[in-house]
Amino acid sequence: MDNSTATQKPLASTIAIRARNLNLWYGSFQALFDINLEIKQGMITSMIGPSGCGKSTILRSVDRINERLGYVRIEGAIEVLDQNIYAPEVELAQLRKQVGMVFQRPNPLPISLFDNIIFGHRIHRAPNEKYSKQDESDIVEAALRKVLLWDKVKDRLHSKATVGLSLEEQQKLCIARLLPVKPTVLLMDEPCSALDPKGTAAVEELIWELRGEYSILLVTHNMAQARRASEECIFLLMGRVVEHRETDQMFMSPSCQETANYIEGRYG
Amino acid sequence: MFAAKPVNLRNQQVEGLFRLLFGIMMVVLIVPVLMIIVMLVYKGGPAFSWNFLFTFPTDGMTAGGVFPALLGTIWLVVVSLLASVPLGVAAAIYLSEYAQQEHWLTRVINLATINLAGVPSIVHALFGLGAFVLFLKFGTSILAASLTLAVMTLPVVIVASWESLQAVPRAFREACWNMGATRWQTIRQVVLPNALTGILTGIILQVSRAAGETAPIMFTGAVFFLPFLPAGVFDQTMALALHLYTISTQVPNVPESLPFGVALLLVGMVLIMNSTAIMFRMYLRGKKKW
Ligand SMILES: Nc1ncnc2c1ncn2[C@@H]1O[C@H](COP(=O)(O)OP(=O)(O)OP(=O)(O)O)[C@@H](O)[C@H]1O
Ligand SMILES: [Mg+2]
Repeated sequence: MDNSTATQKPLASTIAIRARNLNLWYGSFQALFDINLEIKQGMITSMIGPSGCGKSTILRSVDRINERLGYVRIEGAIEVLDQNIYAPEVELAQLRKQVGMVFQRPNPLPISLFDNIIFGHRIHRAPNEKYSKQDESDIVEAALRKVLLWDKVKDRLHSKATVGLSLEEQQKLCIARLLPVKPTVLLMDEPCSALDPKGTAAVEELIWELRGEYSILLVTHNMAQARRASEECIFLLMGRVVEHRETDQMFMSPSCQETANYIEGRYG
Repeated sequence: MFAAKPVNLRNQQVEGLFRLLFGIMMVVLIVPVLMIIVMLVYKGGPAFSWNFLFTFPTDGMTAGGVFPALLGTIWLVVVSLLASVPLGVAAAIYLSEYAQQEHWLTRVINLATINLAGVPSIVHALFGLGAFVLFLKFGTSILAASLTLAVMTLPVVIVASWESLQAVPRAFREACWNMGATRWQTIRQVVLPNALTGILTGIILQVSRAAGETAPIMFTGAVFFLPFLPAGVFDQTMALALHLYTISTQVPNVPESLPFGVALLLVGMVLIMNSTAIMFRMYLRGKKKW
């Protein structure tokens, strides 16, 4: 890295996710072509593009969940906090501690709310570490407060998380359960697309609150959301990065014709 | 404007016809079952008593109770479950959670398992005789007979468990994996607890099947008559299903109520176990929501 970055603010200068010449195949179908990206730490970066352009594929390569399918092949590298996550010594559990994923449909686990939040923490704590009930309660409370859910659910922490919560609340819960293990990167794959407008606004607000502390990569189909809720924006088309700029600039004066077409097409 | 047109009338007629047809089919199915039960209760009921349940057969099996056969059936079922349940559930977990779902070998094994469930029980009997009685030298014993029953029930235990595991939504697994949970942590904490009802039901249904089979135990460990109770798994035993066969066909001058009593006992045990399974399932279903 060059020296000029050292003089800038530390958060804005470091790179959370870097893709280098990333190519990805599902069997013989190539889904990603020469992806080069630098996603800045502490920022919200949105990723837009037509259906099937590879947005989810990129997210799934960052927490390496794609490899589960035996027929996926990857070339190039992805670095999270300057570490190549495809290096042989990388332990998936440790990677996924740093990188949290939020899905399109909220998927709280069919266990109690409390257990949902503490689940990741229990998985990642060392065998000799002891946590008292009180410690765990504190962790759960902090996470739920962070997502503005504490007041709503504090009286039913021990009932099933899948029962009696609205989709908005479930999605907030799914964000909250990532926080106790202190991730640095949050990947969100259309986190609001199952929600009504009010829920969308609430979750967007929450995502905005989380910026700075976490680096967020947000996939969305909603132009207005990308514009409102992100600082930088990536436009993908058919597995290629077409444009990656500050969101405002991208929407005001896109430098590529394809980007302009896409943005305008959506607005009519 | 909304009055029936000819086409509606015709549709209604066809609708009525099929409704009647399926209704008749159902009655045709239900009546024999009811008749069997009524007949069993009517003819076998008088044989029932504490003595019948808890004493040995007497007078060359033409009188007395069925206690050793009842106990023997329980022995066989319990030992066979001890073998088939851990094995079957483990195999199902492997197939459903660890094996690569698209791999041809996984598919072949799945298919083979399903087909194995359809192999006639007499074939299992011959296998048990060769494998457990002769090759492994268990002799004709509770162990050999139970293992034969286990081999017979294993495919169904696997298939039932596999289906219950697959019924747990994928999203739960993905959520766990994305938080860094290993497969085992995911299975242990999320998948298995939610699949348990289905697995248990599958197992209980197999209990009733194992209790009712005659062929697999006939050559491998069950005998017509024993004047004492088995003391361990290397002893032979009597069993209800075989006892029924014996007193209905092999022993002269048995009063009619006796075989019907044994049949009633066997059917009763199976019905009780099956309905327990169903009620258990409904109870847990009611509690489970996602
Ligand atoms: N598991 C898979 N097996 C084979 N092909 C896949 C798989 N997942 C995605 N693809 C293909 O890869 C391409 C990119 O898919 P991806 O899901 O990343 O798109 P996306 O941009 O997220 O689309 P959407 O906006 O609809 O979610 C698509 O053409 C898709 O058909
Ligand atoms: Mg997608």
